[in-house]
Amino acid sequence: MAKKMTLHLRIWRQPNPHTPGKFVTYTIRDVSSDMSLLDLLDVLNEELIKKGEQPVEFDNDCREGICGMCGFLVNGVAHGPKRGRTACQQYLRDFKDGETITLEPFRAKAFPVIKDLVVDRSALDRIMAAGGYISVNTGSAPDANSIPIPKDIAEQAFDAAACIGCGACVAACPNASASLFVGAKIAHLALLPQGQPERIRRVLRMVEQMDKEGFGDCSNHGECEAVCPKNISIKHIAIMRREYLRALFCS
Amino acid sequence: MAIAIKLLDAKAPSGPLESRWTRHKDQLKLVSPTNKRKYTILVVGTGLAGASAAASLAELGYNVKAFCIQDSPRRAHSIAAQGGINAAKNYRNDGDSVWRLFYDTIKGGDFRARESNVYRLAELSLNIIDQCVAQGVPFAREYGGLLDTRSFGGALVERTFYARGQTGQQLLLGAYSAMMRQVDAGRVTLYPRREMLDLVVINGQARGIVCRNLVTGELEPYVGDAVVLCTGGYGNAYFLATYAKNSNATAIWRCHKRGAFFANPCFVQIHPTCIPATGDYQSKLTLMSESLRNDGRVWVPTKKGDTRPPNEIPQDERDYFLERKYPTYGNLVPRDIASRAVKAVCDEGRGVGATGRAVYLDFSDTIREKGIDYIKEKYGNLFEMYQHITGEDPYKVPMRIYPAVHYTMGGLWVDYNLMSTIPGLFVLGEANFSDHGANRLGASALMQGLADGYFIIPYTIGDYFANTTLPKVSTEHSAFKDSLADVHRFLTKLLSIKGNKTVLEFHRELGMILWDYVGMARNAQGLQIAIEKIRRLREEFWNNLKVPGDANMLNKNLEMAGRVADFLELAELMAIDALHREESCGAHFREEYQTPDGEALRNDEKFCYVAAWEYTGDLSKPELHKEPLVFEFVKPTVRSYK
Repeated sequence: MAKKMTLHLRIWRQPNPHTPGKFVTYTIRDVSSDMSLLDLLDVLNEELIKKGEQPVEFDNDCREGICGMCGFLVNGVAHGPKRGRTACQQYLRDFKDGETITLEPFRAKAFPVIKDLVVDRSALDRIMAAGGYISVNTGSAPDANSIPIPKDIAEQAFDAAACIGCGACVAACPNASASLFVGAKIAHLALLPQGQPERIRRVLRMVEQMDKEGFGDCSNHGECEAVCPKNISIKHIAIMRREYLRALFCS
Repeated sequence: MAIAIKLLDAKAPSGPLESRWTRHKDQLKLVSPTNKRKYTILVVGTGLAGASAAASLAELGYNVKAFCIQDSPRRAHSIAAQGGINAAKNYRNDGDSVWRLFYDTIKGGDFRARESNVYRLAELSLNIIDQCVAQGVPFAREYGGLLDTRSFGGALVERTFYARGQTGQQLLLGAYSAMMRQVDAGRVTLYPRREMLDLVVINGQARGIVCRNLVTGELEPYVGDAVVLCTGGYGNAYFLATYAKNSNATAIWRCHKRGAFFANPCFVQIHPTCIPATGDYQSKLTLMSESLRNDGRVWVPTKKGDTRPPNEIPQDERDYFLERKYPTYGNLVPRDIASRAVKAVCDEGRGVGATGRAVYLDFSDTIREKGIDYIKEKYGNLFEMYQHITGEDPYKVPMRIYPAVHYTMGGLWVDYNLMSTIPGLFVLGEANFSDHGANRLGASALMQGLADGYFIIPYTIGDYFANTTLPKVSTEHSAFKDSLADVHRFLTKLLSIKGNKTVLEFHRELGMILWDYVGMARNAQGLQIAIEKIRRLREEFWNNLKVPGDANMLNKNLEMAGRVADFLELAELMAIDALHREESCGAHFREEYQTPDGEALRNDEKFCYVAAWEYTGDLSKPELHKEPLVFEFVKPTVRSYK
């Protein structure tokens, strides 16, 4: 059953990339425990607007945990306390009445803060452009069933392809590495027969772009896997390393 | 009238249905490879339709500029589609064919779609699956390594291809990857965090757009030789919907105000099984797959205001109202019937949950009969999702569900070439009105978005260029300056009202009006009330709105204010359209026009046409143009569920 709660929100406020930010604490009373964390931010923003203050900016879109647009640190954890979920799928019932919840943007050199909790994750798109695809022009595909793929391989490829590109792995990593994101895409395409022709070029270019964007290297902390809202396994980083070494030998 | 019909020439080919698209393609003019690079195409929106169009057009050699409101093109709301995508592959040897998919779609749309378009859609469904598999989309497979399919609503064959419960995500990532390949090749330039706020029309041709850079607030003009609009549906007019928070009608509405006709705005699909709102703070609704009604029983307490927990209500005090009202179909009545019945029992005061706007979907009988593992295997992920959102365990307590808005069949009017009434403005995917008539079948939205983007626009846009003289224009042209000034004025006005009500409050209020009067069941009196209320709310909006901050910064409230301003205008057109269509068809149910047993009563004699509305400068007096629908191959019949 829903109950009423009072919560204190300690939120990172930063008007723009050039002005230093700071934490500001707000108290919200009598909110339902059935609310999502983003609903709570909506309620706070309504109060702030009514008082003539600036609302807290945060990225969000589908609010179903699939688009990957939302994401910030909740009490230091990317996306929040409940694992395997995005920030929009965190509910107040999983916090304590009277608790202070700290919200701050994803922190990484490659993710500059735009405003408040909003960061620029376009580096991830640039890595995708460097090879996260199979080159097949529209209209040139053979019949879909002419490429049989064993069920378990298709399932493994799906596990990797489930990545939503939210960047939580980067935010959780002490090195701000994007290895889980990149590894998942490389594994997805390397597992499939369609991905073979570009296998070598793909891993070399994507890894090169990842380095260029200022992401750190992986040192096996495993924090990325712990916060991934789609439970993508760290084994995909091992696949990426193997693919990279293989590519170096083959090229 | 004669002029109106002439204006609405659908350019649909004639002759045998099976060869219409092929012959049409053969007759389309081509642009030479060396000339293609001289054309710039502005693609607005990067969902299935936009990303597939941007990729395919760039592959042909055109220069493409792709715009999206999110931080990355991969976020578009196509990503949230769960169930699957239809294709008439007949891999199961179960009697499927292009004809059958065409027939199911025409009938599902309650005979309010164009035969030529729907047949082409069914035909192209074959190519879509091939294309997506080649891109590496990890569709579900059988042990033999070939593609798996399942059945879906409105069909007797298993033609739905799927990728777990995330088909939309995987298809979108496929199209996104294809587009990113063209970014790498330098043929597509991405403009994320841009919102299109106006269409620039020069000499009657769409020649550009004005966007707001959502990070800096700057207004940016872009020149193009054609504009391809792929900005999705307008269901967020209802505030509570299964749409993403940023989904909006602004791009299509501003194009409408620049001359593009808006077709069938009252055709809005309401899906029966969504997780209900828990309170006034609720920001959106989440869909629960329709497949749950195979094993769940829908009920409410017999008595009004019964607040006992569900397991304490004895059998004889439960009303399994779908089974009672529709003994033949029971819980599996079609979407529109189920949605209306749920609303009716809640209106009677028998709804459950904290707000009284929900009914139970109860699996306890199936769990008792077939065991919990059966349910887990079939619906495990849905049960988990339900538990995340509600905090309740549906294995132990019945789910609570309520209908929600989730798709709009209406949209900008387009001809067979997907061009609107403004030359050079093409409209793809949910943003157009084209293929679903008055009701869309499940697993058909993904199919249409990709058919439009991958396989139709690459052909038809070339014909437009080859037949059109496009004088050179720049952003110095007075039309660009006027448009920039208009948008600037609009934003300044929103910020200068400094009233007392927030955008969210206005949006919620508008949503309630639409939901109550232009929702699952409509009548003339209610629609007239809605029109009055919408006008009053619009007036209040422009006098009492409070938007914080300014236009020179990231300002989500300002973005939302512009979108709600447009919804407030579009809402009136939706009501006007619903009022004028004096019949019931598909999702449009007018209470005055029903059979004695409550089925939709179509009026083919008077309303077998597409209603395309022209903006006249007066929101309350749009001009109606008709595109008559001619059925040469399928005879319109009464859809019976008995």
